[in-house]
Amino acid sequence: MESVLGRYRNLTILVGVLFLQVLGLAVQVKRSGEAENTRLIRIWAVDTVTPFERLLVWAQNSGNNLWHSYFYLRGVRAENRQLKEQIEQMRLEQVRLSEDAEQAHRLQSLLAFKEQTIAKTVPAQVIGSSGSDLSRSIYIDKGSSAGVGLDMAVITAGGIVGKVLRVYPSTALVLMINDQTSGVGAMLEKSRLQGVLRGTANGAVILERVMSDEQVTPGETVLSSGGDQIFPKGLPVGTVTKVSPGREMFLSIEVKPAADLSRLEEVLVITQKQEQNPVAETGGRVRAADVLAQRLPSVPDKPAVDLAAAAAPGNKVVAPTSATGAGTKPLAPAQSSAKPEVRPHPATPAVATVPPSPAAAAPGGPKVSTGGAQVAPGNGQSAASPLPNKTAPKAVSGDPALKSASPNRAGSNAAVPGAKTVTPPPKPAVAQPNPQPPATENDPH
Amino acid sequence: MPITYTSGEQIEVYRFSIPVTIGVPLLALFLQTFLPRRIFSIFDLPLLVTIFFAMARRNPISGLLTGAAIGLAQDMLGPYPIGIYGIAKTVVGYGASSLGAKLDVENVGARFLVTLAFYLVHAAVYFTVARGMVNMTLSWSWSRGIVAGLANAALGIGLYFLLDKFKQRT
Repeated sequence: MESVLGRYRNLTILVGVLFLQVLGLAVQVKRSGEAENTRLIRIWAVDTVTPFERLLVWAQNSGNNLWHSYFYLRGVRAENRQLKEQIEQMRLEQVRLSEDAEQAHRLQSLLAFKEQTIAKTVPAQVIGSSGSDLSRSIYIDKGSSAGVGLDMAVITAGGIVGKVLRVYPSTALVLMINDQTSGVGAMLEKSRLQGVLRGTANGAVILERVMSDEQVTPGETVLSSGGDQIFPKGLPVGTVTKVSPGREMFLSIEVKPAADLSRLEEVLVITQKQEQNPVAETGGRVRAADVLAQRLPSVPDKPAVDLAAAAAPGNKVVAPTSATGAGTKPLAPAQSSAKPEVRPHPATPAVATVPPSPAAAAPGGPKVSTGGAQVAPGNGQSAASPLPNKTAPKAVSGDPALKSASPNRAGSNAAVPGAKTVTPPPKPAVAQPNPQPPATENDPH
Repeated sequence: MPITYTSGEQIEVYRFSIPVTIGVPLLALFLQTFLPRRIFSIFDLPLLVTIFFAMARRNPISGLLTGAAIGLAQDMLGPYPIGIYGIAKTVVGYGASSLGAKLDVENVGARFLVTLAFYLVHAAVYFTVARGMVNMTLSWSWSRGIVAGLANAALGIGLYFLLDKFKQRT
């Protein structure tokens, strides 16, 4: 026996080393079903590497900042002018979208739907990758000490990135959506077909589990469906680039991720989600039509019906102060139904201080409350976030019937299959405290 | 492109200083995690370092242990269970050092072919373990595998030339 071992010493050691690793692997695989604790050895390895990565990233960013902030300012004026024009256009669009979103919210609140919102996010910087071509994951510079936890969604302003796979005190490992082992519940925006998003060996992303008899066209937007309980519903995932027959009876739909996964620098970790009743922003809002109504001489004054309604028993007349104007905090649905309010028509002198231009009215007036396709997650913890605070995306989950009334589909509800099945309930006496002015025909939207 | 058989007496065995033995694999791991994914994700620097050390030392035990250490370290930084890369690189380390003990792998052509072959062996072992043992749903792309193998082999030639400077004769 000894001579055999001596003769095949190298081979014996090889088998021994392989056996030990296989044993270790088996232990891990066995434990992966349980509540997985991060192993100490992983923490050591990560803690050894990440300080250097942080240092390099810091040096790189400092150099870039110095260059871009002080030396390379060519074309800034032109860009500034262009951006201002863009802002003006977006303000106009904002007014229109907020109208649609508000309408959707009213319907949701009337139907007592719950919506899932992003309550808190943590901005983080990408400091490295897993160091392997066969897996697609990144390290971020925020860990458990910053509130990052397992299975939290990681997103950018563009779209979803992945989920937190491992958490260390000051770093976290994020499994990206183009990893072969990842799976994200996704759906097509127009057809609302749901599938599972997976990565491929080439690093591409495909949408699976969509039946081959369905019609899917390239260019269609893919959103998160919320079915994985990680990503809130309605976040942008990507765009369909190619549709081909897949395995069995399913299509293989290639998706170009909305977020540029190979050039990630900053990401947001959604550390807190909450379910709440959708807020219908009742009254006090200045609509584009209202602003136009002040400017067009042909539009009749505020109808006397409003005053008559205000005088009706049970209705509480709110003094037309400036507090009722733009920016008033919306009432909760229950509150609004318990204490009905009738607000004056915006064309009354109290609201006449609203800037006459619809574009100028937008910033102080309608606050963008949601917009699935324009998800811009709010930053609940740090002002360093690249995204604005006020525009936390609200994604709807739960009842499938909600699809038709989802705020994420603002402006395109009519195109949703099933949208016509949702019949708006009869208006309660106070369901429409923001009276539609008779000038709706003149409404440019 | 001769790959010649060399008798035991003709084999030149090299050794490396401790800083190089530890520092080069660590640097390779670090660069692998830090370099931008878009450009460098196709390369596997730890694999190239494993092959180089194994071929230079020509000692199967040393080769397999080097491969195991580098592979396990790479596993620790990745998202998958620890040991998949470890097993793959152990096999590569053993194979490369065994080959280095029998063949002259000093010239460029031989190095290119050996690196390409071991890249494919590495991928084969990796996928076998990942799919067979860990039950991961990984798929293999031949086109990407061949391209990555050629790219690594090309990079390996330059890298080996650089690392040759650190060789010390026994």
